[in-house]
Amino acid sequence: MGEPGLRRDGTWVGASVPRREDPRLLTGRGRFVDDITLPRMLHAAFVRGTEAHALLTSVDLTGTRAVPGVVAAFDAADLGLGDITALLDRPAEEFTPTAMPVLARDRIRFAGEPVAIVLATDPYAAEDGVEAALVELEPLPPVVTEAAALTADGPPVHDEAPGNVLVDVSLFATDGIDSILDTALASSEQVVVTVETRTGRQNALPLETRGVVADWDDRDEQLVVRTCTQVPHQVRTVLARCAGLAERQVRVTVPDMGGGFGQKCVVGREEIAAAAAARLLRRPVKWIEDRREALTASFLAREQHYTARAAFSRDGEILALDADVVCDMGAYSCYPFTAGIEPLMASAEMPSVYRVPAYRVRGRAITTNKAPTAPYRGVSRPQYVMVMERLMERAARTLGLDALDVRRRNLITEFPYRGINGVTYDPGSYRESLDLCEQVLRDEGWPGRAPDDGRVVGIGYACFSERTGYGSGAFAQRRMQVVPGFDISQITMDLDGTVTVTTGTLSHGQSHETTFAQIVADRLGIGYDKVTIVQGDTDRITYGWGSFASRSVTIGGSAAAAATDKLGEQLCMLAAHLAGVDADVCELDGAGGVRAGDRTLPFTELADVAYLRAHLLPKDVGPGLTATASFDVAGDGTFSNATHGCVVALDPGTGGVEILRYVCVEDCGVAIHPRVVEGQARGGIAQGIAGALFEQVTYDELGQPLTPSFMEYKVPTAAEIPDVRIEHLETPCAFTANGAKGAGEGGTIGAPAAVLNAVNDALRHTGVELDHTPLARADLYAALNREAS
Amino acid sequence: MTDVQLVELTVNGERHDLAIPPRRTLADVLRHDLGLTGTHVGCEHGICGACTVLVDGAPARACLLFAAQVEYAAISTVESLAGPDGELSDLQRCFGEHHGLQCGFCTPGFLMLAEGYLAEEPHATREEIREVVASNLCRCTGYETIIDAVDDCASRRRAALQAALDPVPAAAPRPDPGSTA
Amino acid sequence: MKPAAFTYHRASSVRDAVTLLGELADDDPKVLAGGQSLVAMMNFRMARPGHLVDITHVPGLAGIRRDGDALRIGALTTHRAVEKADLGPDFRVLSDAMRWVGHLPIRTRGTVGGSIAHSDATAEWCLLATLLDAVVVAEGPAGRREIAAGEFFLGPFTTALDPDEVIVEIVFPRPAPRAALTEYADRRGDFAVVAAGIDLDTGSVVLGGVGTVPVLVRDAGSPAAIADALDLRDEPGAPASYRRGLVRTLVTRARAAAGAPGPAGTGALDG
Repeated sequence: MGEPGLRRDGTWVGASVPRREDPRLLTGRGRFVDDITLPRMLHAAFVRGTEAHALLTSVDLTGTRAVPGVVAAFDAADLGLGDITALLDRPAEEFTPTAMPVLARDRIRFAGEPVAIVLATDPYAAEDGVEAALVELEPLPPVVTEAAALTADGPPVHDEAPGNVLVDVSLFATDGIDSILDTALASSEQVVVTVETRTGRQNALPLETRGVVADWDDRDEQLVVRTCTQVPHQVRTVLARCAGLAERQVRVTVPDMGGGFGQKCVVGREEIAAAAAARLLRRPVKWIEDRREALTASFLAREQHYTARAAFSRDGEILALDADVVCDMGAYSCYPFTAGIEPLMASAEMPSVYRVPAYRVRGRAITTNKAPTAPYRGVSRPQYVMVMERLMERAARTLGLDALDVRRRNLITEFPYRGINGVTYDPGSYRESLDLCEQVLRDEGWPGRAPDDGRVVGIGYACFSERTGYGSGAFAQRRMQVVPGFDISQITMDLDGTVTVTTGTLSHGQSHETTFAQIVADRLGIGYDKVTIVQGDTDRITYGWGSFASRSVTIGGSAAAAATDKLGEQLCMLAAHLAGVDADVCELDGAGGVRAGDRTLPFTELADVAYLRAHLLPKDVGPGLTATASFDVAGDGTFSNATHGCVVALDPGTGGVEILRYVCVEDCGVAIHPRVVEGQARGGIAQGIAGALFEQVTYDELGQPLTPSFMEYKVPTAAEIPDVRIEHLETPCAFTANGAKGAGEGGTIGAPAAVLNAVNDALRHTGVELDHTPLARADLYAALNREAS
Repeated sequence: MTDVQLVELTVNGERHDLAIPPRRTLADVLRHDLGLTGTHVGCEHGICGACTVLVDGAPARACLLFAAQVEYAAISTVESLAGPDGELSDLQRCFGEHHGLQCGFCTPGFLMLAEGYLAEEPHATREEIREVVASNLCRCTGYETIIDAVDDCASRRRAALQAALDPVPAAAPRPDPGSTA
Repeated sequence: MKPAAFTYHRASSVRDAVTLLGELADDDPKVLAGGQSLVAMMNFRMARPGHLVDITHVPGLAGIRRDGDALRIGALTTHRAVEKADLGPDFRVLSDAMRWVGHLPIRTRGTVGGSIAHSDATAEWCLLATLLDAVVVAEGPAGRREIAAGEFFLGPFTTALDPDEVIVEIVFPRPAPRAALTEYADRRGDFAVVAAGIDLDTGSVVLGGVGTVPVLVRDAGSPAAIADALDLRDEPGAPASYRRGLVRTLVTRARAAAGAPGPAGTGALDG
């Protein structure tokens, strides 16, 4: 790893340089959305439905408006906004469109659904106003569980979907798969193993909750919306459509942002309502989601149910995979991904890193009376990787084989590999990462080690890859009506030779101000401190897709690199003209200038001509130094990969779990900034461990949330999350700038499977296998004390 | 009920006279009445620790204190750490060098937690530091690099103190407090 | 999550606080000490007192004092102060137990008296007071009275205190050199799923998480016998059988930690 501030091989890329973001964040001088205060600003709070499922019969805000400090209060009729509707281009039998109103109009579909917005001179008074609202509800039987949704004997969540199924797709069904499975069942030379797993509903839980400060600017005739979103243009488009404004009448800017993890990559109804209220009142409006709202009424994820079976030959070769996936998407389809986000991801990519010759999958999204869902770091991959890795373990156990050997027998080793799922996998180090991970744990002496305190120890592994850099092509295959994918970047060199680069991606912790600057700096041969990145402003940046799905460095970084290269060509042409030589003998000198024949022209000299002495420019060259380029991934994207190894100790006296060691061998191609990559891995692993062992959003039988605070929703701390040893492998991507692959989600994807496998390894002597997450300590206790009781 | 209370508050050595409703929490007063927005608010029930400040030197949750309660106490926020010219403190530098922050939202709380703790327990071990770091939540880093940063800062301070006390002649090699271990 | 409005009163003395509580009795006054539970509940508006009587500026209410055999802890003494105090072998159980109380920034503000008044069945001070037969000294309009811990905790947030009484002191009447408290929670700093304390000298065991108040078992038998005698119902995530198992384990471990002979550690053979 490079020392801070030092280049490796004379380049910025690959060096862990000091982060450009750090000085302001370390001194409390960052600017997050709640740090913004505007003159005459009002504070919003939401009146929310208290039942999980009900008819909304009346909303009386008379009392609210009389509360001291309350300036206004609006219900759905007062705001008159259009609904938020996300669509798939799929036939009616596969997809049922539903609308999410900005404020509930006639129906409450989850406890916490916004009904009215209260505007007051301070947030305390706004909450007083909320308490004074009278909302009449006529309760309906709530649909809380998968079983209730699929039985559907009461009123459905959406009348349009009488069976409570919003998405039902069978993307793959290999011819003859039934006979392969039947043969395996009947044969003594083959086995069929099954895994059924349920994973708990989780909250992505950025530490900064959602929030917005909006005001109407009469001079620009614009609604200016400062909000912590991962995708600012998306908010602009939805707000413009809901409020009947032209796109240019909305400007969305994003200040510093305290994490997102997917929860902020969809459009929230509260930010639309607050912006509409600002326009109506011609006063700035701030809404900051409080933690109770964030835990009960924000976007959730991950509540899935898999039933999978796989046929294996006697020597551990997988012959067929057959899976049924049910994802509980809650009350609404999120924009733009729809309720299909989880079942489509699971269906498209479940074969994972293995050569699966026959595959069938059915994926369903069901709707229930619970808070809605959005993509969350990893999107279904933590779950299907868990299923695949449990299948490998179970096959090994059934066949009496070593589980790592079973994996090795099935891992993709020749690239490019076109899978049964129609996806082409670019080169990776699947086998190498497993070998290295096993070796590290062996070298550290973990196999066979047992503490002397009565605890039992287990080791678990997870092999996986993650598609990063989903371009337009990959998203189009999902058949979303809105297809994210490309990124556009513009670079401008100023008089002083420094550059400003726009990107449609948006850092919210991932350090783009640093890593994008490294990419650009190398290509121009200037210091990375001479590069300023502009992001998160729809007036300053061409339409972009923000940051999610590990797309930033792969797609946004490649667009920035392409724009930079174009600017480099411009600089060379200009230098050639000024030096009176052919452009083909000109090149950037790697030190802030252009070598033109035997002369060297510094950028400052070229910029001086481009801006201040344009009369010296060649006839066919315009003034200024700016270039724009776009990038998209034409094929199936690029796959990062990793193997995680985890050692746990289980306490038979309490069912307690301690992670003794965690090893991650990862390959995200060329790491632009190794420490940033490691940070993504560590943080992702922590979130994966959280899902495996700690966090779950739960509801009672009436659909009332049981986890409205951090007392119940148990985010792990430094006492629970172990130190992680990280080893890097590097298989460069052939078609991104710098050979980089995405690094944002892998940690989260691998950790649940590694933890679950380690726990089951530790439980081996009990004969019990646990497949549901988060693992209940009571279940562990019962398993460990089975003989005793 | 919306009566206003006169409150005299001393923050980062500066005295402020405020007329505020007594229900205003210290976190809100720091952020919105005094404009010290470095103190962040993440849960408002004392668990996430983003609002941790020092009250008379001890780390405390600003969301669980009413400003009216802490009259006469010395309150320190993250804004007090760097020098007047913006030069980062040793603790802040350690966080940067160890990549102990990503989005930066939890960072002020961790900084103040560590600042208060190390002042009281300069000889804390890495495991003791881990237990204290467990007081606050971070969603980005996985905590390890935060522990590394605090631990490194503690060792550098000990080394610097030792160097200052050390009667060894100046020519002898000394630990450089500016270098990473 | 902003608290409802209240009127703030800063008491200058215990007598002043008692008088205020009496005068404001019709408008739900509450005593504000460390506020680490109360203010969180107020932010959720689960508590909405009309008046807060802040006793944190009352002089003389914080401090730890040895008084013959007894240890007297002022109501405003923080958990952190107890943790850092050198209480010697006689009362080290108290400072050792503080590691179970939340986290450092909670311990620096949270007070012994506040915790006792909050009466949470898994709170360390409630368990320790019950186990060690502590006496709660409260001052009301008629002066001071002493309430035995065994009669003090009536339920969650419910105690034998009169509305116009203020806790001034907790008295632990005798040394407890062979006592210990231990807990289990999935996550550091959480309220325990089950907590168990033991005093080998009296043969008493106290349990948290198995009832609405700390459960005291005098002349305790074996860990298994203690567990089996409990009347437990299944709770979400913590079935009765699990909590019974935790009781067995934690009583065994508390016994070992208190210095009883026999195997220590976290072994499968516990209980």
